[in-house]
Amino acid sequence: MTQIELRGIEKHFGAVQVIKNLNLAIADNEFIVLLGQSGCGKTTTLRAIAGLETIDEGDILIDGRPVQHIKASHRDIAFVFQSFSLYPHMTVFENIAFPLRATRGNRADIEREVQAVAKTLQITHLLAKRPSALSGGDMQRVAIGRALVRRPKAMLMDEPIGALDAKLREEMRAEIKRLHIKQGSTTIYVTHDQVEAMSLADRIVVMHEGVLQQVGTPHEVYARPANMFVAQFVGSPVMNMAEVTVSEDMGHARVLVRGAPTAFDFPSSLTAQLAAAGAENGNLTLGVRPEGVLVSREAREGFVPVEAHIIEPLGSHDIIDLQVGAQMLRARTKSGFVPRPGEAVWARINPAQAHFFDSSAGTSFGISL
Amino acid sequence: MAAVQTRSERALNRVAIAAVLIITLLFLAPIYWITSTAFKPRNLATTIPPTVIFEPEISPFVKLFTKRSQLRAAPEPDDYAAAPWWERLVFDGGEKVVRSGRGDVQLSGYPNRFMNSLIVAITSTVLAVSMGTFTAYGFSRFKMKGEADLLFFILSTRMLPPVVVAIPMFLMYRAVGLNDTHWGLIILYTAFNLSFSVWLMKGFIDEIPKEYEEAALVDGYTRLEAFFKIVLPEAATGIAATAVFCFITAWNEYAFALIMTNRRAQTAPPFIPSQVGSGLPDWTVIAAGTFLFLLPVAIFTFLLRNHLLRGMSFGAIRK
Repeated sequence: MTQIELRGIEKHFGAVQVIKNLNLAIADNEFIVLLGQSGCGKTTTLRAIAGLETIDEGDILIDGRPVQHIKASHRDIAFVFQSFSLYPHMTVFENIAFPLRATRGNRADIEREVQAVAKTLQITHLLAKRPSALSGGDMQRVAIGRALVRRPKAMLMDEPIGALDAKLREEMRAEIKRLHIKQGSTTIYVTHDQVEAMSLADRIVVMHEGVLQQVGTPHEVYARPANMFVAQFVGSPVMNMAEVTVSEDMGHARVLVRGAPTAFDFPSSLTAQLAAAGAENGNLTLGVRPEGVLVSREAREGFVPVEAHIIEPLGSHDIIDLQVGAQMLRARTKSGFVPRPGEAVWARINPAQAHFFDSSAGTSFGISL
Repeated sequence: MAAVQTRSERALNRVAIAAVLIITLLFLAPIYWITSTAFKPRNLATTIPPTVIFEPEISPFVKLFTKRSQLRAAPEPDDYAAAPWWERLVFDGGEKVVRSGRGDVQLSGYPNRFMNSLIVAITSTVLAVSMGTFTAYGFSRFKMKGEADLLFFILSTRMLPPVVVAIPMFLMYRAVGLNDTHWGLIILYTAFNLSFSVWLMKGFIDEIPKEYEEAALVDGYTRLEAFFKIVLPEAATGIAATAVFCFITAWNEYAFALIMTNRRAQTAPPFIPSQVGSGLPDWTVIAAGTFLFLLPVAIFTFLLRNHLLRGMSFGAIRK
């Protein structure tokens, strides 16, 4: 049973403020992923929770108790480093046993605990080896084993699979998830990889320049991004963004991409919703993910003629760049749906997948159609 | 890697190898000379041209460790027969071993000086390396004001030639009664080696990733425990290398030892040449003393050779 709460955390490195008024409550057994670009303060936040970094302002509470003045060794938290940080002069067994020896448990207990963890992680055959003899994936398993063995209050992981190659990363991702479901400890995981974040997290915390941008389930963050940064950071390929003007015409809302000859049709309720949210033309950005751009090869009601510019065949699907005025709109289609670049096709924006943002502030108007 | 060598490259290669061999032989010549002379009969030690093939003797070492006096006449046959094998070697050389009134063999000055050298060199090495390691750890891991200036200051203690401070040091030592004491030399050599030790160890500790200690810190260890359990084993290579250098410096030091000590705490370096001056020198004995003096450094370096080769900690951290 471990809850972690961050209240008003502030942190400076010299003149640079790396964490700005961070507030976050993490529930017991929750798998939280801190997501952001390098330098966004996510790792500093993690290190502050572990006690490896001091904070300038605010409270870090573990189970309701402030710990910001308590040494790392007394916080009962495990940390998995990106570098794995296995001690080269110790065997795998000794590495995993190392945290247990800090509390001076007896020999038989340590042996039993290490064996149990090794069995869970399927590394029993490696116990006598030295870290330098291990593959990257195995090093990572050992690092996780060292974190798990003490049954810490919480597990903190700093890009634990960032150093592995793509295939192994995918394997280890699944393994970490399986382990979390099995062991169920409160986990905070830092990554810059949105795929990792989406696949692992119960809730994602998106950070940018030391400021928390959005907290939500992977679905929430993906489907209802709070601002333009989150919208573009999460999801691949990135969300299309275009400055638009909205007008009303014969019971329809018309959304005109700047510089485009024809406007997209939207349900009439859009104008009312935008007005209610305080949105104004000239300060309005439309965001739509490639799967929200519907493509037809013949003229259809509500579809606008566009030109297929570039086609990226990705096997399972194609990503097509459509020229809309001066803008490119990327659409996701079935594989081979548009055979050649340069073809004239028709496109429409799925209103349910359209997002409207304040161009200058970047925040979402929260429109849902 | 398997580039084809041309004929001229091969020839150049051979010339280079020949040059290296010649230089190596030149450098080894004094060591060969000392080693061979240490085992020569006295009459072959100074022949011209030098004697290369001879029957090795142990007598120089017996003479090295004993106090001897010149024999006027041949020893009494009874005395000779009663003497142990090593004493007969001294008789054979026209000398006799000096014995006390109770018949105990009198030792020469050498064993005492050799022990002094060991005591001073080992103690000062242990002190310089341990203090240097702690200091280097502090410099490596903690931010502090004027860090670069402090490090430079530490290095600057090494900049004065020892000769410059020798006389003032001697006067200071005499005033506080440290002259001709083991501690006097130990303090001097420790101070002298410390700057070197700090700088060398800082380089090694800088290379140990901080994450190792951080992992230990979150795993429930204090910083001091992390230092002993993680940093020290990881720094073993550096500690060994630093210890070898400090030991060599302390072991070989001549100038201060000559000035600061004369009897009780005198080390081997000033003692050995002092023997050259007394009468007609027995070069075999001096060579034996020098040969034994070479051994500790050679053995120490040999024992630590595995640590001196880096590579133990490769591949355990991914960057």
